[in-house]
Amino acid sequence: MSRRDLVSARDLVRPAAPAATADGQTTPPDGRPPAEQPKWRRDFPIDWGQDEYVSRRDLVKFMVLTSGAFAVGQAYLVLRSARDRGAAAPPVVAIARVDDLAIGEARTFTYPEGSTPRLLVRTGDSSFVAYDQQCTHLLCPVVPAVAEGKLHCPCHNGWFDLATGRPLAGPPRRPLPRVLLEVRDGTVYATGVEERT
Amino acid sequence: MSRPPRFSRSQRMTIVNGILLFVVLIVILQLWLLTATMNAYLGGDTAILVPAALASLACLALNLGLLRYLVKLE
Repeated sequence: MSRRDLVSARDLVRPAAPAATADGQTTPPDGRPPAEQPKWRRDFPIDWGQDEYVSRRDLVKFMVLTSGAFAVGQAYLVLRSARDRGAAAPPVVAIARVDDLAIGEARTFTYPEGSTPRLLVRTGDSSFVAYDQQCTHLLCPVVPAVAEGKLHCPCHNGWFDLATGRPLAGPPRRPLPRVLLEVRDGTVYATGVEERT
Repeated sequence: MSRPPRFSRSQRMTIVNGILLFVVLIVILQLWLLTATMNAYLGGDTAILVPAALASLACLALNLGLLRYLVKLE
């Protein structure tokens, strides 16, 4: 192979035409002006630099829209809180007779009417506790484990203290909302609901 | 006669990348704020709602300002 042949081979792999001008404008691979390009390329010219710029700009717009959605969510919480503040105090309602439940037994009830299910547990002769039955993690119903002094959420193995409703283990971080109780004349009354953090 | 662009395309690309970074960071902050506020609200703590909403609105205003700057770049 002569030296001349080697030079020719090197020429074959010389770098292609620049992909972009100094301003980032995409140039066709053969480097010829647009008017000399084949029809298919003239019909579907792709300017990759411009394409990238437009897609980033559109992503910024979408993220600003997301930001607006978060602000609307915050405003909704304020409005909902204002509406809750105007609501009347919950009524005093008889939810069970003391004799209806043996020690260690539990039953569900709603308070106030139409609420999510609540759980009433008799823990002693005259002691009762009542909590919202929905786990504060993902709203699965909790199950009383009275012998262990706990409430168990089987969905993700969350545990709450039966005496206080505070989370002991698992994913829940907030205590269960507590229903305030009063025992009078052999009847258990619900007098309010205490939300806690 | 149209005015020549103030920045070259590569400069605009750098600017839009920078703005995108800021906007994404602010949106992540808003997400955290909404999560924390929701947790407090569900726990009965309503004192934090108004300050958190104002902070979120301020973040939105900042994002809209950045978007306006981006639109004016064209």
